[in-house]
Amino acid sequence: MKNENRGWALAGHLSFIFYTMIVLIPFVLLISASFTDQQAIYAEGFKFWPSKFSMEAYNYIFAADSGIMRAYGISIFVTVIGTAASVMIAALLAYPLSRKEMPYRNLLMFLIFFTMLFGGGMVPSYMVWTQLFDVKNTIWAYIVPGFLMNGFNVMLMRTFFANTIPKELIESGEMDGAGEFKIFAKIIMPLSMPILATVGLMQCLMYWNDWQNGKIYITDPDLFSVQNLLNRIMEDIQFIKTNMPMNTGDALASMPSDSVRMAIAVIGVLPILLAYPFFQKYFVKGIMIGAVKG
Amino acid sequence: MGQAIPATSSVEPKKKKSKINFKRTWPLFVMVAPGLLYLLINNYIPMFGIFIAFKDINFAKGIFQSDWVGFKNFEFLFTTSDAYIITRNTILYNLVFLVLGTVLALLCAILLNEIKSKFAMKFYQAVIAMPNLISWVIISYLVFAFLGAETGYVNNTIFPWLGVDDWIMWYMEPKYWPYILTTVHFWKSVGFSSIVYFASIVGIDHSYYEAARLDGATRWQQITKITIPIMMPVIIMLTLLGVGRMFYSDFGLFYQATNNSGALFNTTATIDTYVFNGLLGLGDIGMSTAAGVYQSIVGFILVILFNYLVRIYDRDQALF
Repeated sequence: MKNENRGWALAGHLSFIFYTMIVLIPFVLLISASFTDQQAIYAEGFKFWPSKFSMEAYNYIFAADSGIMRAYGISIFVTVIGTAASVMIAALLAYPLSRKEMPYRNLLMFLIFFTMLFGGGMVPSYMVWTQLFDVKNTIWAYIVPGFLMNGFNVMLMRTFFANTIPKELIESGEMDGAGEFKIFAKIIMPLSMPILATVGLMQCLMYWNDWQNGKIYITDPDLFSVQNLLNRIMEDIQFIKTNMPMNTGDALASMPSDSVRMAIAVIGVLPILLAYPFFQKYFVKGIMIGAVKG
Repeated sequence: MGQAIPATSSVEPKKKKSKINFKRTWPLFVMVAPGLLYLLINNYIPMFGIFIAFKDINFAKGIFQSDWVGFKNFEFLFTTSDAYIITRNTILYNLVFLVLGTVLALLCAILLNEIKSKFAMKFYQAVIAMPNLISWVIISYLVFAFLGAETGYVNNTIFPWLGVDDWIMWYMEPKYWPYILTTVHFWKSVGFSSIVYFASIVGIDHSYYEAARLDGATRWQQITKITIPIMMPVIIMLTLLGVGRMFYSDFGLFYQATNNSGALFNTTATIDTYVFNGLLGLGDIGMSTAAGVYQSIVGFILVILFNYLVRIYDRDQALF
């Protein structure tokens, strides 16, 4: 019996070591490509251990005029402001719905829930955000359309508020003469850190990783986020290759070199990889909550 | 509760049963206002925007001035092969992802449960869930590093190893993509979805296993006779919910991992990429809008239908 368990554990370890390698290998290739000399890439393609290393790609990126730092700044701004705003709005909507005193709460809950089942789709949304609100080529295009609030987060928060915050606390706050806003800010928020962190994390990842809004609403390269910059570079290369096969060399020469592209991708993914060990716990917790209803 | 205002003596006969005390609850209404306003603009107004599908959209004239064409857009969509291809792709990919994905995630969770070292278990769990945090744009670069025609690892290193002299223009060859996309999808998602199953395995009462061990059950028997039967409700529920989402595809996968290469349309276009390309002016906007409405409506019916099945199966697990 003991041996049998050990056998299973061994099989488990072997499987997961293999799996871990499969997960990590593409990143290794990406990183090593970003450190490869351009001539070596032409000669032998991307390699896990390049024949000639070079820091040139990173020198190019960190040179002031490359525009990449600007894209980075935009991504950070969008992520920070978007996350803060969306957590705030969702919490403000969710909290009253967790209170029995809230009039029409079932109707409101249904209205929120219905948006999780049915939507007009991409084209009508685009029409609303461009025709009624002129978000095209503004930084708000990254933050507001589609992402600012979703019914799922509101439901998650409402359940948390209703189940974990004792009614007595709210009542004692009222007794002390605190208004609803004060109760919300001084009692509810400090007690809700776990759910705020979980929802905040999900929003944060969504904003940092988003490329769709940028693709739909942003055409001005000065406003590109990291994801959109990367997307544009990849598209330009595909475009040149498919449309001008004769003089690819000339046109490609004006593009960032292969190693630079890979280096931008490395820089785009780096913050997430570095922060992951710290938020991993909340991330896993978020999945569990999400799985219950979702 | 304080039903304030004893309004009986006033001249105006107020609604007697009105339990709503706005004097006390107005701050709560102020709180919900921004969120509701956003839902109105972002979710409800676009629902009415479905009428666009019945118009011949002409941006020069503006949407409201564009001519009504009735069901013409739908007719065009369904007389071309596009509707068939995108529906087939969306559903077939989803089916494979759902069936194979459940098996892989379950297998992963069961194996993870065999790892007794807490540290190793946490480490594996963290690493295998990690790809799910990576944006599709970055993943498109990872795929490109392997499959790029001139510089990719497969053409330059793996093929010479295998003694293949040929190059494959991966982004031009539709026939390989069902396998490539399936691989990429699982690379990104299996670890992540296994966490849910793992959580419910950990929750299983240990006394079942002890009793089985006393009766001389092997580990394999314990897994097939205890773990999997106990997990069945979770598996069935997640599967039904997944089937309900059958009409929606993982958009980033089909758009980014393929570099939106037109040559791959036959095997990689889904309803979502079709609508998106129409919106970006790379396809027919009328047909795309029609495809969007088609997706919204059939998708909605499927969600309702399968939620109903979940409800029959286990009332508590249903969405509504």
